[in-house]
Amino acid sequence: MVQIEGLGPLVATHPFFADMDGSALETIVGCCANEVFRTGSYLYRQGEAADKFYLIRDGLVTLEAYVPGRPPIAIETVEAGEIIGWSWLVKPYKWSNDARASGTVRAVSVDGACLRRKMEADRVLGYEIYKRFLPVMARRLAQNRERIVELATEPAGFD
Amino acid sequence: MRASIGDKVIFTHAELDRLIALLWGDGIPVVGPKVADGAVVYEPLGGIGEMPWGWSDESGPGHYRLVAGEDGALFGYSLGAQGWKRHLYPPRQNLFRAERAGRGFRILRSVGDDASPPMAFLGVRACELTAIGVLDRVFSQEGFEEPGYRSRRGKVIIIAVECARAVGTCFCASAGGGPAVDGRFDIKLNEIVEDGGHVFLAVAGSDTGAALLSRLSVVPASDAQIIIAAAQPVEAARQQSRRMDAEAPGILERSLESPHWDDVAGRCLTCGNCTMVCPTCFCTTVEDVTDLSGNHAERWRLWDSCFTIDYSHIAGGALRQKASSRYRQWLTHKLSTWHRQFGMSGCVGCGRCIAWCPVGIDITREIESLRKAGGSDGTD
Amino acid sequence: MDGYPKGNAVGAPVDPMIPRPFRITKVKSEVPGVFSWHLVPVDGGGFAYRPGQFNMLYLFGVGEVAISISGDCRDGEKIVHTIRIAGSVTKAMSSLSVGDVIGVRGPFGRPWPVEPIYGSDLVFVTGTIGLAPLRPLIYEVLHQRDKFGRVIICYGSRGTDDILYEDELHLWRGRFDTNVHVTVHSAPSGYRGRIGSVAAAVRAAHIEGGDTQAFVCRSEVMTKPAVDALHERGVSSERIWVTLERNMKCGIGLCGHCQFGPTFMCRDGPVYRFDEIEHLFEIREL
Repeated sequence: MVQIEGLGPLVATHPFFADMDGSALETIVGCCANEVFRTGSYLYRQGEAADKFYLIRDGLVTLEAYVPGRPPIAIETVEAGEIIGWSWLVKPYKWSNDARASGTVRAVSVDGACLRRKMEADRVLGYEIYKRFLPVMARRLAQNRERIVELATEPAGFD
Repeated sequence: MRASIGDKVIFTHAELDRLIALLWGDGIPVVGPKVADGAVVYEPLGGIGEMPWGWSDESGPGHYRLVAGEDGALFGYSLGAQGWKRHLYPPRQNLFRAERAGRGFRILRSVGDDASPPMAFLGVRACELTAIGVLDRVFSQEGFEEPGYRSRRGKVIIIAVECARAVGTCFCASAGGGPAVDGRFDIKLNEIVEDGGHVFLAVAGSDTGAALLSRLSVVPASDAQIIIAAAQPVEAARQQSRRMDAEAPGILERSLESPHWDDVAGRCLTCGNCTMVCPTCFCTTVEDVTDLSGNHAERWRLWDSCFTIDYSHIAGGALRQKASSRYRQWLTHKLSTWHRQFGMSGCVGCGRCIAWCPVGIDITREIESLRKAGGSDGTD
Repeated sequence: MDGYPKGNAVGAPVDPMIPRPFRITKVKSEVPGVFSWHLVPVDGGGFAYRPGQFNMLYLFGVGEVAISISGDCRDGEKIVHTIRIAGSVTKAMSSLSVGDVIGVRGPFGRPWPVEPIYGSDLVFVTGTIGLAPLRPLIYEVLHQRDKFGRVIICYGSRGTDDILYEDELHLWRGRFDTNVHVTVHSAPSGYRGRIGSVAAAVRAAHIEGGDTQAFVCRSEVMTKPAVDALHERGVSSERIWVTLERNMKCGIGLCGHCQFGPTFMCRDGPVYRFDEIEHLFEIREL
């Protein structure tokens, strides 16, 4: 946890926390850290403890599925202005995919264990966080359902 | 006597026979009512001896029957089972023939080459004349006229006959298709059968019609005959028990998701009879055929029906899988979207779709049901 | 704003039901199951059309299919069609080669607007083969690049090996005045591009709703998510142009097959301004 005072504006200006109440923001900033990931490095790996989520400031993060006996498959990207990671909110708090930096990624990480404790103690804060996470999760779910429909209806080609 | 446009003249049924002979003599085949397979059909006609003399008809939902008429009239029936559409826009039309030429093909004949003979239609009812007017509009679009239809239609002589009675399925009075003949005809007839007399009151509507009447033995109509003729369509309208709701276009616009379509679909067999007997249904498909050598190909245009599953086929399958969707397409097109496409209704009130529906679906009733099921605009 | 001519005002054929022979001068394999033809009239005459119009392509003795024109309408030499093998006619067409002659009826249909959208930012939303009907409009926009604001292309394909016109997408991406977002459903690990739905790419693109005109060319089921994403970005229905697909047979509103509500899609479509059909769009089996 370095440069806590410098993180405030980074967190406050990220679209995910747009219009967040000032004192709530202060509480959250207390759980944040600034991070940089080099191309190809992992933000997290499937099965590991999910103790963070990331506000992506710059760059593209690729979610990959590990496939035994084959190279991993890249299945979704998340980009600057978005967040990645919600396994810290849902038991058993383990990552269900790999997340890798596709190019240099600058992000603010939020300590999930720390934030969980604060949300438990402050239900108003907890509600506020859920209100921001749920639409993101719902949209990604919807977009991925659309992709299933598209893959099932668009011909794959004949040869 | 010379007859001019608008003159009301009288001739006997023997003169009608002569009119038919004159037309044939002029090289103009006459198509008119005959009895075949227990129904009135419009086919080439040599004289009044071939006509449904003394026959009348009755019809209701899913019901049509020829019965003995009371007065020995030639036009005592109401309508032929099929209208004049098949003569103006035949069920099978060749669009072109082509032959293989090198690595491609050469067109040998196209629909525009079609030199169709003239025809005279004898016995066109008011609703049928209105239906021909609808087809005229359908086949004459901005920048394009269907050449085969135009070629046939342009040479047709229309001898209309006004109805003196209605049958159970008639609703032209509310649909706007009749029963008074009002449109472009060459000759309009009213058949008057009275004690000891069987005559026609005729009016020419065109120079062609006037010239034809002038070749017959005619006398001016009496006031009494004019009054009898004028009363005929009034009586035909009075006898109509079915009524098409004037609000049908709006009701249908508001009923696209009505649960009532499932109700109709529970009865509809999607046989397409209604579209085949409808005097204005114009949908067609094309069929490409080759001979065994593969060196000659033809394309045919065939009547099609929106009730077939292939009608809405796109890559992936048919869009209108359910009978309810296909029935909705037919009725909504006929009575509602037709107005947007052609500025008029596609229904003239002939009632054929009611009579020839094997399960007796009655479009006037379906509109009533749709209105009750929520298609009303709330003002009633 | 909708002052654009409806129907085939441009290049209206003399007898629209008779195929005109065109010679195949080039066959190009695009992506698996998709090929392009260059066609030249055998009679030596011209062929005028507008972006978004389609032709009925006739294979002697086999049958006819509706295929959008995907070339540059300023190219007076040839017309280009990109064809996906989807049935018996297109399958038979895929075996033809340079020098063979096919029949063409057209051009038919209401084109994409061009002049009425001068001055606007443009966003193209499409996927797989849907880029083919949009490409003539993209060419036209690039011919008159100074007449438009920002140009954004969002394109999606299944994987990294079925990106249609990939070379051109690269070229357009390389221009300083065009933003190209290609997205795929999945990719080998290490792929550096965007992965996800086309709608997600639209949401991520920096679209400023106010004066943006959007062009959506997707299957009907995928049009809705694209339109939703555009609405979210502030692009209203009057500024969204879509294409739909129905059974096109005659091309001139005569055979009835392609009806969609009161419209004949072959004549009044296949391009629609979304607000014209929004009330019909989600009615099933219409």
